[in-house]
Amino acid sequence: MQTHKQPVLEVRGLSKTFTLHQQGGLELPVLSAVSFEVRAGDCLVLDGPSGAGKSSLLRCLYGNYLASSGEILLRAADSDEILDLCRISPQRLTALRRDTVGYVSQFLRVIPRVSSQALVAEPLQALGAGREEAMQRAAELLARLNLPERLWGLPPATFSGGEQQRVNIARGFIAPKPLLLLDEPTASLDAANRAVVIALIREACAAGQAVVGIFHDAEVREAVATQRLPLQALSSAASQAEMAMAA
Amino acid sequence: MSRPLLQVRGLAKRYGARIGCEGIDLDLYPGEVLCIAGESGSGKSTLLNTLAFQLQPDEGQIQYDLKDRGLTDLGTLTQAQLRELWRTDWGFVRQNPRDGLRMQVSAGANIGERLMAVGARHYGDIRGAAADWLARVEIPEERLDDAPKSFSGGMQQRLQIARNLVSRPRLVFMDEPTAGLDVSVQARFLDLLRGLAAELDLAVILVTHDLAVARLLAQRLIVMRHGRIVETGLTDQVLDDPQHPYTQLLVSSVLAA
Repeated sequence: MQTHKQPVLEVRGLSKTFTLHQQGGLELPVLSAVSFEVRAGDCLVLDGPSGAGKSSLLRCLYGNYLASSGEILLRAADSDEILDLCRISPQRLTALRRDTVGYVSQFLRVIPRVSSQALVAEPLQALGAGREEAMQRAAELLARLNLPERLWGLPPATFSGGEQQRVNIARGFIAPKPLLLLDEPTASLDAANRAVVIALIREACAAGQAVVGIFHDAEVREAVATQRLPLQALSSAASQAEMAMAA
Repeated sequence: MSRPLLQVRGLAKRYGARIGCEGIDLDLYPGEVLCIAGESGSGKSTLLNTLAFQLQPDEGQIQYDLKDRGLTDLGTLTQAQLRELWRTDWGFVRQNPRDGLRMQVSAGANIGERLMAVGARHYGDIRGAAADWLARVEIPEERLDDAPKSFSGGMQQRLQIARNLVSRPRLVFMDEPTAGLDVSVQARFLDLLRGLAAELDLAVILVTHDLAVARLLAQRLIVMRHGRIVETGLTDQVLDDPQHPYTQLLVSSVLAA
């Protein structure tokens, strides 16, 4: 892991515009010239109304959306090299997702037949940990997030929204990557589990991970933010498009 | 970064004046699962068969990282060398198991045949390995001496996987392997494939029209139309933020993939 206060991520002039070819090439700008920096140990909270491009920004940082212009400079965990996410090969991006940047989406993507515990263990195994160690660590995290032990061996397809989200969160936190992206991780959680997630975020930052997150409730934002980035909707049409794309 | 396993430049295959595929450039790295998507007639199966050198390309070059020679232009190999490659270091899983299995001989012989091609001679060892592979693809061992024609469609498809993987290939081509399966057995097949590809560090080039299959199995996605690649990228990026008009149409036409 990195030393404290080393820059982990630097975003310069990031813009994102969707071109909807089925709507006659309609152009919908969602991000315009966004710049910021995140250092090890920081928790940057993205602020702004629904449709301001918060989720789109996170997705750009994971390489899930293509930036239209700008730079996303990330320090690779394996080589300490600074790489521009917008200009690297898919193979390199896959490697970065494995060891440098983690992402907790709003909804868990369930894989048929894979147990919750194995799903959580996977990112740690991908970093080279043995199966037993990874499964053990997964059990600890699921227990901490109060997921009943009888559910660990089951695929999460039939779980409630809150249960699935806790599996998703455990999966995001199990591997200590330098940058962790969180998209509304606490939205469907009760107060007790929200508190667990707050503690997990604080511990991650204390250990030198950097976090960029979107949090629905003010209580969580207050508890974890070390920095804030205000974002504004560029147009009402764009905010509708963003919500439609995110759905 | 490791060197590519397969490197393709300017590949084209034509049927008379009609284009099968054209202007194809791609690199595949060890352990990568690459999906080729597109509607019927887009050239995806032609591309797959040309990449596997089962169709002779009209233009361009396919280089493969041969175990003993490094990156080699497949056009320079003799028929015997190509056959050796197909039987050992490559696999090909067909949409219809009838095209990929020998339906009249036993399941054990279907698997053992590939092992004998890589030099196995001891009957007990071959039978043991065949039984082991049946178990890995979740077929009961007592079916070892049964012919695949008595198997269900899902079992036949899993047997094709065992037959292809027993020789420990580094690259496997798959043409719509789930298209003939009932939805109820698809998940089992896909999960098995996903697990084996990761465990064996297998490179796979998979043709499918099912974008959900692509999302589940493949790190990278190629979208084809009229024989050309119109878009390529990480699978989730292409599906969540498609750039090309045709990809946008394709993605928006399916129920939540």
